[in-house]
Amino acid sequence: MTWLKPSWQSVLAILFCLIAFALGAMSKPEAAAMAEPTATIVYPYMGTKGLILGLLLVAALVSAVRLAPIVEAVILFIGAHAAAWLLIKGIGGFEGTALAPYFLALAAAWLLAWRCVALLSSLRPATSGAKTGLRLIIPAIFGAWILIIWEAVTRGAGIPFILLPPPSAIGARIANSLPILGSDVRQTIFKAVLIGYIVGNLAGFVVAILADRVPFLRRGLLPIGNMVSALPIIGVAPIMVMWFGFDWPSKAAVVIIMTFFPMLVNTVAGLAASGHMERDLMRTYASAYWPTLLKLRLPAAMPFIFNALKINSTLALIGAIVAEFFGTPVVGMGFRISTEVGRMNIDMVWAEIAVAALAGSVFYGVVALIERAVTFWHPSVRGG
Amino acid sequence: MDSFRSKIIPVTSILAGVVVIWYVFAVILNAPFQRDLDSRANQSPGTVEFIGKTLSQPKPTLPAPHQVAVNFFENTFLRSITSNRSLVYNAWVTLSSTLLGFAFGTALGIVIAVGIVHVTTLDRSLMPWIIASQTIPILAVAPMIIVVLAAVGITGLIPKALISTYLSFFPVAVGMVKGLRSPEIMHLDLMHTYNASRSQTFWKLRVPASVPFLFTSMKVAVAASLVGAIVGELPTGAVAGIGAKLLSGAYYSQTIDIWSALVAGSIVAALLVMVVGIAGRLVDRAMGGRPA
Repeated sequence: MTWLKPSWQSVLAILFCLIAFALGAMSKPEAAAMAEPTATIVYPYMGTKGLILGLLLVAALVSAVRLAPIVEAVILFIGAHAAAWLLIKGIGGFEGTALAPYFLALAAAWLLAWRCVALLSSLRPATSGAKTGLRLIIPAIFGAWILIIWEAVTRGAGIPFILLPPPSAIGARIANSLPILGSDVRQTIFKAVLIGYIVGNLAGFVVAILADRVPFLRRGLLPIGNMVSALPIIGVAPIMVMWFGFDWPSKAAVVIIMTFFPMLVNTVAGLAASGHMERDLMRTYASAYWPTLLKLRLPAAMPFIFNALKINSTLALIGAIVAEFFGTPVVGMGFRISTEVGRMNIDMVWAEIAVAALAGSVFYGVVALIERAVTFWHPSVRGG
Repeated sequence: MDSFRSKIIPVTSILAGVVVIWYVFAVILNAPFQRDLDSRANQSPGTVEFIGKTLSQPKPTLPAPHQVAVNFFENTFLRSITSNRSLVYNAWVTLSSTLLGFAFGTALGIVIAVGIVHVTTLDRSLMPWIIASQTIPILAVAPMIIVVLAAVGITGLIPKALISTYLSFFPVAVGMVKGLRSPEIMHLDLMHTYNASRSQTFWKLRVPASVPFLFTSMKVAVAASLVGAIVGELPTGAVAGIGAKLLSGAYYSQTIDIWSALVAGSIVAALLVMVVGIAGRLVDRAMGGRPA
């Protein structure tokens, strides 16, 4: 039996497929059609039921055979995703009628995808290009399966639209309301978040340099800064709205306050990061305060500063959106979320959340890319 | 306690400076409204009297520190604890969902970390998404989670606690992954020479090594959890809690109420972080750690 090496995922998948076969009908209309063979009832998976389960079975059986991992992974990938696609496509028009075999088939497909990811993550490719590719593909499959299961379960089980719309509906909503989403992004992100983020970080940075220059300030500010970073600063949002009005300046003010302290604390910590040896070397060069700061201590502080920039990128978005809950002109992401929830347009809320998530990830990604370029010397970037 | 003494003078003097600046700004920010009032009442008070008036408005733009202190004192110590205007009552409402969410979040974070450390597939596929999950401004999703759960019939503590959970699991998961991986190769090799099983290595080496990381990240998590609970109260229609106090203060322009609710929230946050810190030190000592 050296040519057989079943994994628990493939064994379970085969088991699920067999149970699905034994249970029969995939959906309620199909069960009705089986009960009355003479009646002509249209039911989902009329022609594709055998194909779906067969695909899953074949893929699972093939994966139990000893093959090169990459071949096995490709077969599993195709089998699992084709089956999932057929499953989701077939339920269209029959939402909420799915029976146990439908979910068993879905579970089997998911198990095969898991096996595929497990195989991929055990691969040790030689070229760096393939490595990067794998590092992207593995989380991508994972993310895709969250969407697949979400879509299949909401449609198969007929979960009310109000509770959880399927991703396809959210996607359609995004495509349909691009202008509204665009104006919300412009109001919240390009005005409130970006301006607040830049001003808050700069202010934190300048005060940190000042605190570095004046030890008295540093000793006093650091404990306060550390304490403030644990406080629910978001609570100043209503006050800022009262002071600066409903438009974006009040949101930018919240963002400034939220981003200031992480930047201050991290920069001060970073300025202390350069080693004694290097500082002594600068002293032997008779380097004054500013050249030492610019040429040694600031570059050494960069990992800390970028850490703050990354933390702040998330905080800034949260601050601006939450501040909009307290009053805003009739545009903006926080405004849209709170009003559309009230009108039960849940798909619009999810569309807004998807846009916010995308914006947050892009924001974070850009900061991370700049970090890689600036701190190219750091061990965590060199991969040493 | 040398470091403590060297800190106390700078900290207190900076705090005193903040209070002075606060008073100055209170006068400046409240002055236009007061001038308006005076001109309408045909009064022309002297400078000292004018400043005194700006500092004792009922709904000031920026309340003076003593106004906040008086309001805070009244609502904390003079009201019965069951009154819904009592800050103790509201802080308790927020604190209970914070603690529940924190407990969920810590448990979830530890489970995820253990999974990531032991299952390669999870490590490769889950970790990027955990990081991505935090770039989503979850607080923006909070109102929807609450409204949707209310539609299913789940109300009260759980929805707020779920938001706290989401905010607090991340620091714990990341810290625990780091902590569980912190044992050096040497120590792992030693366990290997003892023929230790995976679970023995886990309980006797990885878990003890991860404890300091756990408490450091729990400090961050508990603060995040409180923020989650406060924001979670905003869309519930403001029944009780510190978030509800903030919201009703914003609706009725009760600025002094907002500020004292903020002070209450800050005190709760400081206490929570302190408790976690003390617990961490106690556990460290019980495990035989020496002060570094």
